[in-house]
Amino acid sequence: MLLSIRSLTKTFPGTLALDGVDFDLAAGEVHALLGENGAGKSTLIKCLTGAYHRDGGTVALDGAQIAPRSTVEAQELGIGTVYQEVNLLPNLTVAQNLMFGREPRRFGLIDTRAMRAEAREMLRQYGLELDVDRDLGNYSVAIQQIIAIARAVALSGKVLILDEPTASLDAREVEMVFDVVRGLRERGLGIVFVSHFLDQVFELTDRVTVLRNGRKIVTERTADLDRMGLIEHMLGRALENEVEQQSAEGADTTHPDLLHFNGVGRRGVIEPFDLTIGQGEVVGLAGLLGSGRTESAELMFGIRPAQTGSIRDDKGPLDLKNPRAAIAAGFGFAPEDRKTDGIVADLSIRENIVLGLQARRGWARPIPRAEQNRLAEDYIKRLDIRTSGREKPVGDLSGGNQQKVVLARWLAMNPRFLILDEPTRGIDVGAHAEILRLIHDLTDAGMSVLVISSEIEELVAASDRVIVLRDRRHVAELSGSRVVPDTIMRAIAGGGAKGGEAA
Amino acid sequence: MLLKRIAPQLIALAALILLVTLVYPDFLDISFRDGRLVGPVIDVLKRGAPVALLAVGMTLVIATRGIDLSVGTVMAICGAVAAWAIASGWGLAPALLLALAAGAAAGLWNGLLVAVVGIQPFVATLILMTMGRGIAQLITEGRILTFNHPGFAFFGSGTVLGLPVPAWLWLLTGVGVALLMRRSALGMLIEATGINRRASALAGVNATVLLIAVYMASGLCAALAGIVVTADIRGADANNAGLWLELDAILAVVIGGNSLLGGRFSILAALLGALIIQTIDTGILLAGFPSEYNLVIKAALVLVILVLQSPRIAAEWRIWRESQRASREALAERSRT
Repeated sequence: MLLSIRSLTKTFPGTLALDGVDFDLAAGEVHALLGENGAGKSTLIKCLTGAYHRDGGTVALDGAQIAPRSTVEAQELGIGTVYQEVNLLPNLTVAQNLMFGREPRRFGLIDTRAMRAEAREMLRQYGLELDVDRDLGNYSVAIQQIIAIARAVALSGKVLILDEPTASLDAREVEMVFDVVRGLRERGLGIVFVSHFLDQVFELTDRVTVLRNGRKIVTERTADLDRMGLIEHMLGRALENEVEQQSAEGADTTHPDLLHFNGVGRRGVIEPFDLTIGQGEVVGLAGLLGSGRTESAELMFGIRPAQTGSIRDDKGPLDLKNPRAAIAAGFGFAPEDRKTDGIVADLSIRENIVLGLQARRGWARPIPRAEQNRLAEDYIKRLDIRTSGREKPVGDLSGGNQQKVVLARWLAMNPRFLILDEPTRGIDVGAHAEILRLIHDLTDAGMSVLVISSEIEELVAASDRVIVLRDRRHVAELSGSRVVPDTIMRAIAGGGAKGGEAA
Repeated sequence: MLLKRIAPQLIALAALILLVTLVYPDFLDISFRDGRLVGPVIDVLKRGAPVALLAVGMTLVIATRGIDLSVGTVMAICGAVAAWAIASGWGLAPALLLALAAGAAAGLWNGLLVAVVGIQPFVATLILMTMGRGIAQLITEGRILTFNHPGFAFFGSGTVLGLPVPAWLWLLTGVGVALLMRRSALGMLIEATGINRRASALAGVNATVLLIAVYMASGLCAALAGIVVTADIRGADANNAGLWLELDAILAVVIGGNSLLGGRFSILAALLGALIIQTIDTGILLAGFPSEYNLVIKAALVLVILVLQSPRIAAEWRIWRESQRASREALAERSRT
């Protein structure tokens, strides 16, 4: 075995994050590490990369015991990591990023020519021909991700840990990254692959290890597992139906109109679009990354003011000049990038949940502490936020639980129209189904919901109606029996689509 | 909760007082003379007023991830405005109001530059810091503007219930603002804005207005400090009033354990920080060191305090203690079996 972990244990105050976990990684294999949020995947990885110091157990690399104390030490030992958020410097050139910290020198100065040549040679191994003098930020996330991989492999070269590398990539880009990973597997690297996308796990990996509540549940060859079995391992309970099949009549029920967006648009952002939202309706926005989904939502929530068009409800026109105006009109928006746009990391779960409510009440009317506590406890229970207490800083929670806190903030305000941008991104299957169920509960209670998602299956499961976007335009509106993956895909792809043009 | 937050500052202050008492045994002596308390400690409370007042506003600004370099200069402007009004015979109340209005206007200017124009706080307040002394000099017409007005001088050298008025001013301002922050939702909203302005704005927090308000609060605190200094020397010195005090104020906030990266803040701890700085200043003076040593000794003491407070040192200390305990327990375990 290239890497062999035995009874790894790590405790945090109040929680046993890893409880005697065994994990083996062979050279030349891609090994998926799966589990729900808080199962211990991140902790395991951080113990390997030296970010955490383990409390018990052994880690052997090539038969030798190791205990890295920092990421640098882990890299020197041969363990490199690439995270979901690219950890490079976008304002440096590609070459500088690749060679950062080990620049070739001549007479004590950086030899830029040698640096460029070396960078180009590194990228050629990955089938990339780039202008290495351009700033990294000019390239797509997929290219940046591959550059991050190239850098990690060059620095370490034995074990490569990919922590949700595909979370912000579209299908074609995922394929690009996968080709790179397969190439590295053939070169004999051991690769740990963490992902929430089960399809990708089945497509790419050789073996699967599932963690749950800090324990190892199973390690199996991927080929011997089916989807259902895998999910059962992860959730620890037999799931009746992975994604609750929405009853077919859902599409036929009529929803009284709640909001009208007429010709709302902004130059260079999104073409003017018309959209009517019904009360208690779930409208899905489908499209590739960059097709204008998030931009549509931003206009609808006043984050970017619309240049054209009008918005009105049954009482009259609404002026959504900024998010506060939108909130006053009863709108809510749970953004895609919860780290930068959603959570306030250093504040507690309680404060994050009441933040929106408090902002609406105004600073002079503080929500009584007892009421805050009740709200927080209520939503921690209702949304099953995994935490040791409501006063814990939100930044300490896992991604899925952070997302639930942001959701709780909006639910506490009881909006009539809630926009959810990628509500299940980076969230495990269990929470996934929970959030879909939650959307149903909310709309049953009369709330209207707009869901943006890259996962077509999820849109189909959740939505009464799906709007398809392409090249910053709303190109099709599908409802009723046409809300099926096949039709949506064809509308996204465009050309010869049977899906009708925009209403 | 509160006591735990300010414990490091209390310990530092106590240790410092002990140190000063060692070299100047009479430091803690307080006597009651002519209806006022007299002694080195009372002197610390009075002399520390300008920095303590500035630290209150500075804490709020720093909590929003900003900084206000202009407060020293704003002190000079407000002092000049007050002195000019008194000297022109406007009377006490208009003079005070004018000075406070000048401070608020300066804060509004800073706040607009930061929150609306989007200039980095360091640069935005640097503008007023360098330009402001010129404004103050224009008001005083380049000379030290003196006046004789017992009512105004009361704010610098008067006594209420035995304590100097400047001490009352910073105590009341500090406690008042701290209560306002924690009894209303302002404290949480300011912290949220400081930690993540974008997320807070998306949640409906009016971050722009909040930022402007915070810089205005800082301007008002600077105005109070300017009034105290001007009243104390009965004159406005545009060149020297509040000179470098913005740096002492920032230092007080930092000694108070508030992060320059914004977020969680404690006004009480910042006030203790101001007291620590003043105790060092007064202590060095009383100990009778040659004056050329003052700044060096001050720097050394501040360094020691900050190093002892640093989270990294605290973490190392905790790990060391835990390992000590673990080994002790292991030893006990072994002796039992």
